Amino acid sequence: MTGFRLSSGGLIDRSTTLNFKFDGKSFNGHQGDNLASALIANGVNLMGRSFKYHRPRGVISAGASEPNALVELREGGRKEANTRATMVELYEGLVAKSQNRWPSLNFDIGAVNSLASSIFVAGFYYKTFMWPKSFWEKIYEPLIRKAAGLGTASREADPDLYEKSYAHCDLLVVGSGPAGLMAALTAARSGARVILADEGSRLGGSLLFENEEIAGQSGFEWSQAVIAELASMPNVTLMPRTTIFGWFDGNIFGALERVNDHVAVPAPFEPRQRYWRIQAKRAVLAAGAEERPLVFGGNDVPGVMVASAMRHYANRYAAAAGKSVTIFTNNDSALRTAADLKAHGVHVEAIIDTRKGRKICNVIGKRGVKFVDLENGDIIPCEAVAMSGGWSPIVNLMCQRGAKPIWNESIAAFTPPDVGAEFKAIGSAAGHMLLSECLADGARAGTVKGKTPATPKCRDEAFAITPFWWVKESTGKAFIDYQNDATAKDLPLAAREGYGHVELAKRYTTTGMATDQGKLGNVNAIAILAEASGKTIAEMGTTTFRPFYTPVSFGAFAGPFTGHHFQPVRKTPLHDWATEQGAVFVETGLWMRSSWFPREGEDWLASASREVKATREGVGLCDVSTLGKIDIQGKDAGAFLDRLYCNTFSTLSIGKARYGLMLREDGIVFDDGTTSRLAEDHYLMTTTTANAARVMSHIEFCHQALWPELDVQYVSVTEQWAQMAIAGPKSRATLQKIVDGLTLNDETAPYLAAKDITVLGGITARLFRISFSGEHAYELAVPADYGNAVARAIMQAGHEFGIVPYGVEALSIMRIEKGHVAGGELNGTTTAADLGLGKMMSSKKDYIGRMMATREGLIDPQRQCVVGIKPVDRAMKIRSGGHLLKQGDAPSMAADQGYICSVAFSPMLNMWLGLALLSNGRARHGEIVKVFDGLRGHHYLAEICDPVHFDPENRRLHV
Amino acid sequence: MLIPCPHCGNRPVEEFTFLGDASVERPQSNDPASMPQWQAYVYERENPRGNFAEYAQHSGGCRAWLVVNRNTDTHQVTGAVLASAFKRKAKS
Repeated sequence: MTGFRLSSGGLIDRSTTLNFKFDGKSFNGHQGDNLASALIANGVNLMGRSFKYHRPRGVISAGASEPNALVELREGGRKEANTRATMVELYEGLVAKSQNRWPSLNFDIGAVNSLASSIFVAGFYYKTFMWPKSFWEKIYEPLIRKAAGLGTASREADPDLYEKSYAHCDLLVVGSGPAGLMAALTAARSGARVILADEGSRLGGSLLFENEEIAGQSGFEWSQAVIAELASMPNVTLMPRTTIFGWFDGNIFGALERVNDHVAVPAPFEPRQRYWRIQAKRAVLAAGAEERPLVFGGNDVPGVMVASAMRHYANRYAAAAGKSVTIFTNNDSALRTAADLKAHGVHVEAIIDTRKGRKICNVIGKRGVKFVDLENGDIIPCEAVAMSGGWSPIVNLMCQRGAKPIWNESIAAFTPPDVGAEFKAIGSAAGHMLLSECLADGARAGTVKGKTPATPKCRDEAFAITPFWWVKESTGKAFIDYQNDATAKDLPLAAREGYGHVELAKRYTTTGMATDQGKLGNVNAIAILAEASGKTIAEMGTTTFRPFYTPVSFGAFAGPFTGHHFQPVRKTPLHDWATEQGAVFVETGLWMRSSWFPREGEDWLASASREVKATREGVGLCDVSTLGKIDIQGKDAGAFLDRLYCNTFSTLSIGKARYGLMLREDGIVFDDGTTSRLAEDHYLMTTTTANAARVMSHIEFCHQALWPELDVQYVSVTEQWAQMAIAGPKSRATLQKIVDGLTLNDETAPYLAAKDITVLGGITARLFRISFSGEHAYELAVPADYGNAVARAIMQAGHEFGIVPYGVEALSIMRIEKGHVAGGELNGTTTAADLGLGKMMSSKKDYIGRMMATREGLIDPQRQCVVGIKPVDRAMKIRSGGHLLKQGDAPSMAADQGYICSVAFSPMLNMWLGLALLSNGRARHGEIVKVFDGLRGHHYLAEICDPVHFDPENRRLHV
Repeated sequence: MLIPCPHCGNRPVEEFTFLGDASVERPQSNDPASMPQWQAYVYERENPRGNFAEYAQHSGGCRAWLVVNRNTDTHQVTGAVLASAFKRKAKS
């Protein structure tokens, strides 16, 4: 219990009291606090345990880089694991739990790992858990995960809403410190559309906690005046609580706005978080710089912080880390901490400056700092240690697209690369360490046109650094990556063992692989690795920067597209009718298709079998609205179709339909369907349900990219028409009752007729005499809005003939009985000849796929082609997927003769039958083959036959 | 990434469907001797580093097929024309 609340100062509202719980204990803080500052003010040092050694840890930073103070925030479905306490605004009722400890944070059994630390060196997991290999998945990995777990995810659904949004601007300013504010102000005053985003809860960046002087006022006052002016301008969007997490092609930035993370429960209809995509003409990186820890023994003891974090907590939150502080630095900036702490009445015991040959060798203390011992044997008792190893510009965003940062010896830091005029780094993010440089950078970057305005006068604090990385005299553990417990000694070890490349060392030592992605530790690691490898830091270089700058929740990525809203649902125009008829629907793509129409006590097979029988014996009605329908018009429509289909359509008579087969350019079958000629220059194409969108796109490509000279237009009319199949020997009698003024017979509506008619007293309709079921059948299309009414009328008209609705299951049974090919056979590997449709391929014209279909491999007689198949034991059920073998052959790839594509129980033939692809199959009708179904362990004999199992003479078409 | 659709203006890349190299030209002949050209047309593609003209359809917009010029190295998009105009220009 060393931290405490200072008696005055800070940007907190002391008149408010916010109650919160940490590990079940109640505390309170003030409006303006974050969870870390409130815990410090309450004297809570210990906020987490480290990953490997389970060492007690406190907060070390004051921002997004925090590796130690990770908590499980909130409870139930709202729980968020691995949340940085430094980024959580305090609110009434906040509940947080520490992580990676058992049974409690204070007493953690895992800490015995620390005693065995000599074996937990870099590469430990790789070296130890190598064998036996079979142990890895079942024993080692689960154990390691349990022991070294971070927070746990909730298993409940997240009840909150997430949104996605888009924004556009002339200038995006990332960061709202002095440079960012100056850039935003300059650009905004000249009329540019400006977005100013900052990950902090409040705009102002470093001016919220640094003692600066700008234009005769405090830096804080100046910032608030600038923010007020920006807020008043209509061309400016201020986005606090917004992390720009990624920079993408075309100067697009990804951002996460924490809209309601600062309250327990978002207001109704408000999102918790909003995922932004920001398109910026220009952007500036004013993200500032990250202060580095120094590497010395016990640099992870709770109470050791980076120096800027310590003054951040004191100045902004009035939270002191301890009553007495020792400062350890290699540069000037830590002197600010000394001055600020003194001003708050905190005793500064000593300033240990490596530039004067002084070093802290070890921090002594377990759950808090007791004293430090120095290189000369001196001991200084104190409650906290502030350390500064220098400053690293936050270059991450700028390096996410492949550019590498550049080592700058004079400030001992990697600075951003030049990535072009669209994205410029300014201020300390560019390595400019003086306030006057930051303001000047901002003014320059914000100048849209004309002269750069003068910047306000300010006080500069001198900055100088002499690099110093690692106190080698330390006897205690000196940490580089706090979260993953990588120590300074791990890096030379990695180099010695041949993993000296920066990317290899990262993976070998796990440095930089934790949730903080090495924000604090990576430069220290690179410097120590460089020294161990005899290279310069510039030669060693950095690991690869990738999005995301900080973790983004899955909820934000998913946005509103979850559950029922994951994808749209397409309902056919006959959906209501099908529902009335008791349809069971099946999802096919986005469509809901009526699958079967069960009656009391029927399962799907009983229902589908009854539907088939009733249709074949009387009449049935099936919704076929999902088939793609494409209206094609123009002088060259016929010529165009001739090039799309392998058969000819320009010769089709007006008022007739024809089955068409489309190939891909490589000669494989693409799609099929009937296409009708409604007028000289007007065709209506139908496609399969699955390929409707693909065929549409293909048509558009063929016309626009291949043959733009053709005079043709096309549009999808799938959703404009309700289409139903009326099939069965009583189909004509049924339809006759609803058509207007037309006697249906083989003269007025012969087989393959396609004609415009009206039904039910004037409803526009198209009648096609086509059949997929093999029955005397029609398809009737009416404008979508009339679909349900017409279907109901047909049911009424067919009542006397025992009409039934039938679904896609019955449809599929009937097409398999008839040997009509569908998706199982048009599977992207079959040619027209494989399907038994080789004769359709015209030799009188060019068409898509013509030439490639003639390749040797595609006309090989040994190719697998469609055959019928039925079990020798007629009572046996067969399943698709089984492979076919010659009777005497053992199963092997070499002996494989083909496979079963589609199966159905035929109620007409009272047995299971199917369609298969079989090598040279047409010559093998009558052969008995062995079916090998290894997946289901099912092997049996089957007979190969003609694919047309039922009514091979097609008599029923013309009944 | 934004694609300047000649019909719709700058639109995000997610609205487009890409098909690949637009420099290939469909052979005219059905003579068996032309098979090598067909083979090349269907299967053979360059994978250049730098400027690249590729087919893209504005499938989430006006549905026009375009030829988009993109630098495969930098992902900079330098222009887009209608595929029909591209084809007519190639012919003339």
